[in-house]
Amino acid sequence: MAEIVLDKVSKRYPDGALAVSDVDITIADGEFIILVGPSGCGKSTTLNMIAGLEDITGGELRIDGQRVNERAPKDRDIAMVFQSYALYPHMSVRENMAFPLRLAHVDKETINRKVEEAARILDLGQHLDRKPGNLSGGQRQRVAMGRAIVRDPKAFLMDEPLSNLDAKLRVQMRTSVAKLQRKLGTTTVYVTHDQTEAMTLGDRVVVMRGGLVQQIGSPQALYEQPVNLFVAGFIGSPSMNFLPATLADGQLRTPLGAVPLTDRIRRLAEAAKAPREVIVGLRPEHFEDAALLDEAELGAGATFTATVEVMESMGSDKFAYFLVEGETATSAELDELAAESGSAEMTDGGAQIVTRLSAASSIKEGDEAEVWFDPDKLHLFDPSDGRTLTHSD
Amino acid sequence: MAVLGGTERAAKVRWSLINIVVLVYALVPVLWIVSLSFKTKETLTDKNFIPREWTLQNYADIFTTNQFLRALLNSVGIAVIATLIAVVLGTMAAYAIARLDFPGKRLLVGVSLLIAMFPQVSLVTPLFEMERSLGLFDTWPGLILPYITFALPLAIYTLSAFFREIPWELEKAAKMDGATPAQAFRRVIAPLAAPGVFTTAILVFIFCWNDFLFAISLTSTTSSRTVPAALSFFQGSSQFEDPTGTVSAAAVVITVPIILFVLFFQRRIVAGLTSGAVKG
Ligand SMILES: Nc1ncnc2c1ncn2[C@@H]1O[C@H](COP(=O)(O)OP(=O)(O)O)[C@@H](O)[C@H]1O
Ligand SMILES: [Mg+2]
Repeated sequence: MAEIVLDKVSKRYPDGALAVSDVDITIADGEFIILVGPSGCGKSTTLNMIAGLEDITGGELRIDGQRVNERAPKDRDIAMVFQSYALYPHMSVRENMAFPLRLAHVDKETINRKVEEAARILDLGQHLDRKPGNLSGGQRQRVAMGRAIVRDPKAFLMDEPLSNLDAKLRVQMRTSVAKLQRKLGTTTVYVTHDQTEAMTLGDRVVVMRGGLVQQIGSPQALYEQPVNLFVAGFIGSPSMNFLPATLADGQLRTPLGAVPLTDRIRRLAEAAKAPREVIVGLRPEHFEDAALLDEAELGAGATFTATVEVMESMGSDKFAYFLVEGETATSAELDELAAESGSAEMTDGGAQIVTRLSAASSIKEGDEAEVWFDPDKLHLFDPSDGRTLTHSD
Repeated sequence: MAVLGGTERAAKVRWSLINIVVLVYALVPVLWIVSLSFKTKETLTDKNFIPREWTLQNYADIFTTNQFLRALLNSVGIAVIATLIAVVLGTMAAYAIARLDFPGKRLLVGVSLLIAMFPQVSLVTPLFEMERSLGLFDTWPGLILPYITFALPLAIYTLSAFFREIPWELEKAAKMDGATPAQAFRRVIAPLAAPGVFTTAILVFIFCWNDFLFAISLTSTTSSRTVPAALSFFQGSSQFEDPTGTVSAAAVVITVPIILFVLFFQRRIVAGLTSGAVKG
């Protein structure tokens, strides 16, 4: 077990591409930390530098206080699980898991005991003598995990270990990875591009974009207090709605109508020297069907009326999609997020708003509906640089 | 349906005919030599495809003359040594080409391609002069060296296609599991590359085994003459005796093992030759 410190770590590939720049992360002993971000943002590069598979071109990597930049992977005592699992096809499951122990010249008896134990934990007992080629995806994944845990390394590194599994198995394995990590208490760095995985797994999440760390925090902190547009849009599913807005006369003029500023929001915006033109962000879950609320509740919020374009019932709640006329919010971050999620196709003549309504709502597709939202829950962003204007800390 | 079946059958017949023509064209000379090797001296020139009188005398003759046995020993020895060295060097070069980015990589690949395309005939005279002055003429190394030179491009090409198909992540995984680069190569990469190395070895061996040009030009005595060259020096027991029978028998002896070998490992060889092409 170990504390891993990345101190201004950078990576410039020989072709000149700066893949990771000045990453500062202190990973506590036993912590489960997630690196998340769109593909190409430098997650794997960062992980490979911790592993020793890629040279560090700037900054320092310390494990338990010792500089390890120059150490070969085998001298760092770190295990890694690859996206492709990278199982040795010519070795049986048992030999695969025993490989690191045999290289470390552990005696036969201990190897057997450890492999059997790992197989028991991962429920691979009856497959020990099969070749990886004859196993299912989920079983292969568990063998890869087994090979990592047999030798009690200082830390685990996992690069999208679940992304080759189908959706159902992925959710199942997610829980077992989390349980396994808690049980072993080994420092773990986990890379994923899936924000749901990041939110559900980690003690802390590092959001990256273009080789830069955007924000580090607990899943709750990232959700409630995103530092910029990118984090706000990346974390949460369905993602936050963004609309252009103007701050004037203690009000916020938005395509949804004028929204009163609460004291909290006003104070934060003033402290952040908010410009006149801003982007307002509203999470889908902060909307509600106005018909379900009483007078007092309605009075404490703002409402707007719009036509329901699409209605998706999830049973537990309903997603209603509205088309709001007027401008759409634009910024570099939003363009990148749209490209990432594949929703780049523009809704012409307005912005789409996704709302999550209570299952009790009787709104139907095509209805003109009145929707309520809580103005104290909104976020304001500076369109020029994407920073959050309502960030408090 | 019936119409479709009809055209399908017609196509089948057409293809079968073409196949038969090609087979006959390719096999008749070979079978003719086989037939000649079983004929007696008297019936050699009777123009019969199937010998009227079968004999093993020609085989007995070549195995009792020192000339053929010595040539066979030279052939086996030279081909095996050249193959071993070419495959070992080729493996290292192909591994580097498939895995590493080093300055001059394209140049190396280009030069090896150039060597493969170079007309060997034009090198015979210079090689002859060089080997004479170096004392390599008419020695085993005198043949082994040029064989390695011309087999290496072939070896490098087939092997790098194989290496490219071994996922690089396996090597990274081995490193993470605590292996040194040498251990990763020996315990993970080498076992996986074994079929490719084997295929390459067969191809290189056949190349060396079949060579006539260098064998005839760079040797002068039985001390290093290989079978293809020695065949042209076969003589009958008297000036008036026709050595065709013994030459045919010797040709069969050195060809049949290769044919069996290739038939047996056909799938592997084809896979080896096309693996790079199919999987990019
Ligand atoms: N070997 C390499 N040589 C040059 N550039 C690379 C190499 N590997 C990755 N990159 C670049 O570095 C950036 C980060 O890549 P990577 O760490 O793999 O991203 P992620 O894992 O987040 O998808 C990308 O822009 C990618 O093109
Ligand atoms: Mg990656």
